[in-house]
Amino acid sequence: MKLDSKIPAGPVADKWSNHKAKMRLVNPANRRKYHVIVVGSGLAGSAAAASFAEMGYEVSCFCYQDSPRRAHSIAAQGGINAAKNYQNDGDSIRRLFLDTIKGGDYRAREANVYRLAQVSTSIIDQCVAQGVPFAREYGGLLANRSFGGAQVSRTFYARGQTGQQLLLGAYSALSRQIGAGTVKMYTRHEMLDLVLVGGQAKGIVTRDLVTGEIQAWASDVVVLCTGGYGNVFYLSTNAQGCNVTATYRAHRRGAGFANPCYTQIHPTCIPVHGEDQSKLTLMSESLRNDGRVWVPKDKADCTKPASEIPEDRRDYFLERKYPSYGNLAPRDIASRAAKEVCDEGRGVGQVVDGKRLGVYLDFSAAIKRLGEPAIRERYGNLFDMYENITGENAYHQPMRIFPAVHYTMGGLWVDYNLQSNIPGLFVGGEANFSDHGANRLGASALMQGLADGYFVLPYTVTDYLAGVGLTGRPSVEAPEFKAAVKEVQDRTQWFLNNKGNRSARSYHKALGKIVWEKCGMARDKAGLEGAIRDLQALRADFWKNILVVGSGDQLAPELERAGRVADFLDFGIMMCLDALHRDESCGGHFRTEYQDGGEAQRNDDKYAHVAVWAWQGDGQLPVRHTEPLVYEDVQFTTRSYK
Amino acid sequence: MVKEHDNLDSHGEQTLSLRLRVWRQSRGAAGHFEDHALAAVPTSASFLEMMDMLNEQLIKEGKDTFAFDHDCREGICGMCSMTINGMPHGPLPGVTTCQLHMRNFRDGEMITVEPWRAKAFPVIKDLAVNRSAFDKVIQAGGFITVRTGSATEANNTLIPKSVADEAMDAAECIGCGACVASCKNGSAMLFVGAKINHLNILPQGQPERERRTLAMVKTMDDAGFGNCTNYGECQAHCPKSITLDVIAKLNRDYLRARVKEFFSSTGKPRKGGD
Repeated sequence: MKLDSKIPAGPVADKWSNHKAKMRLVNPANRRKYHVIVVGSGLAGSAAAASFAEMGYEVSCFCYQDSPRRAHSIAAQGGINAAKNYQNDGDSIRRLFLDTIKGGDYRAREANVYRLAQVSTSIIDQCVAQGVPFAREYGGLLANRSFGGAQVSRTFYARGQTGQQLLLGAYSALSRQIGAGTVKMYTRHEMLDLVLVGGQAKGIVTRDLVTGEIQAWASDVVVLCTGGYGNVFYLSTNAQGCNVTATYRAHRRGAGFANPCYTQIHPTCIPVHGEDQSKLTLMSESLRNDGRVWVPKDKADCTKPASEIPEDRRDYFLERKYPSYGNLAPRDIASRAAKEVCDEGRGVGQVVDGKRLGVYLDFSAAIKRLGEPAIRERYGNLFDMYENITGENAYHQPMRIFPAVHYTMGGLWVDYNLQSNIPGLFVGGEANFSDHGANRLGASALMQGLADGYFVLPYTVTDYLAGVGLTGRPSVEAPEFKAAVKEVQDRTQWFLNNKGNRSARSYHKALGKIVWEKCGMARDKAGLEGAIRDLQALRADFWKNILVVGSGDQLAPELERAGRVADFLDFGIMMCLDALHRDESCGGHFRTEYQDGGEAQRNDDKYAHVAVWAWQGDGQLPVRHTEPLVYEDVQFTTRSYK
Repeated sequence: MVKEHDNLDSHGEQTLSLRLRVWRQSRGAAGHFEDHALAAVPTSASFLEMMDMLNEQLIKEGKDTFAFDHDCREGICGMCSMTINGMPHGPLPGVTTCQLHMRNFRDGEMITVEPWRAKAFPVIKDLAVNRSAFDKVIQAGGFITVRTGSATEANNTLIPKSVADEAMDAAECIGCGACVASCKNGSAMLFVGAKINHLNILPQGQPERERRTLAMVKTMDDAGFGNCTNYGECQAHCPKSITLDVIAKLNRDYLRARVKEFFSSTGKPRKGGD
């Protein structure tokens, strides 16, 4: 596998502008002759599709939801970072770059991260112009809040619904193009294969979820913005439909999958309550601005109501362990600290599997200081959501929270241009691996999705198209397309015909339990080896006993689920393998063998690289390749938030 | 609401036994209700998790599951859409179906589950409907024309906090369609009014204000949505508590746009933003 990162030469601050000046262009009159396929309509996908169409390309955009407005970017709550320094508190592009590199535990690609920080300010300009109703000061200027892993206030927000408002902005830009006929939008379509012609990505195969029709689409370039793989854990904060299928199908066609073991466990989610639960709900990180995290000092107090535990018997463990960042310690660190106190038996709330897995997030001090109306103004919708789900009023008693899978930093390997190792296959947003290293800071996912979609892909895809020229698009009658369609048809029919005895959901739950226990917040060699064996057995059982009800010519949720779980099973094995072969701890990847009193211990000599996995065939283990991470600007240091 | 009962699951949590009457319909065919019994439903489960349990029970029996739309399950994507006991999103005010929990139902209760019922939202299968008419309304004018890269510095536009807050109140709409499903006329005025209010009160939205309003209303009418006759059901069932005043403001802006159109020299709405 050839992994050329194509990082431009020169100082890190000049790389992007130098590169942009050298990239090739496509004449406006010729742009309409190129067909661009964008898969996914979240922040990255909608922004990219709208931007390509504004430039004049012919665009087709696909999503599995019933409308592009429903992509899971919509659920992001807290905010979006940008180095505007409106607060005069010392922020700058360089500071955002350094925070993000450090937040990612020195496992991200320096040049990509610098570019992300550079374009962050343009994103806010663009979104305001679209009518995104960001929070404002009384003077009419934009307001900011603080987020984890930073000591400046650089987060822009729209109540607790920032992702929704940014997505509606991108969706409105996309809708304008759909209305103008420059984007053809295919909703309720799921991408089930990538088609390569002559080694280049030239189209996709989709299934129309309403009619069951399996169809091939030819294009000059394919852009995947299909999100992350957090649902491999079954229970996560992701939407039910989020899946790895598009990126995994591309992986099977030769695209390298980078750092699959980098998964983010978000510290503030509503704890698990029962066996039939389908989803974990995030409580925005912004709550840690005003909420204090604690557990009882003494195990004996864990069954008492919070109000009966006096101040001196409470352990505010984040403030104690990380005094300078306190409750705003980064996500991986806050999550591990919560797990640690619960493992000690000091957790609170319901007993699940013999443990109390919950810690308090307490607003009483903030309510006393600022008054209930101020807290309601900032977080009202989150408190309401908490009450709907738990039946408890967080204005009167502390919230109970516990870490849950939230985001995945790994993804398809891409070079500086966001192009995978397959020419013509570009990857944006959470679906690629490039910007967050081993841990993502809060309010950075929205920034990256929109950076890729609005300000990176339009340039780099144009450069690629100028290179391939106008003669490159094959017909869907080409043998490569026919073969890919047949494969998808056969697989679909196999699922419908198998008539086993076990549902896709029950396999998904079993898969989730294995990876959460062995490849979740803490990992070790023996556990991962066992997990791989267990997953291989589960996979074999799946391909014997899966039962799919419904028919192929209608909406068939069980058929969709079976296909996604099949890919998650293969993917889960690769994720555990990646975790097993990274003999260090970094960011969200915590190997218990490599720690210094609970803090992650990196091994920069051996593991300052991206691990990229190459597919080897059905049921075969993938092979590991590496891209060295060369830091020209930043020095490796131990990541400390104490 | 749960009555004192001995039904407890392995976590010591109360459970319910339910009778469910659920709509079954194939694409292009007539539909009917099907009755099912479902036991051991934890009161902490969400309504959609209860539907998952029913579907798993059907799979065990080798029967087809009920198709229903759902995705984020945290009340923000707007995908879930069920009429529960005759009420879109069920009996609780201000929540989506996915945020409705079973503690709001009684043991032994009969629950009727239907799709959104509106001319503009045809049934695709069982409980899933086609809401693409909403997208068409947005495509007609629910945007501010700004090409990527052409925006000016964000803080050049001063927006009073009260205006930004009002725009945000309207922008909270999740496009689920409960307003249409709850309306006797199948009117989409609350949805369209919310988008119009969001964009038409912001300074950035002024250049296209009239053409936006006229285009969105025309598309709404063409899509088969009914008119508003002030029943107010939409406000009562909106999971985001969008209020009827957005409809009043939509009417005001529509009138304003028509008057301007009438008096403009070309007989067409004044163009802006192109």
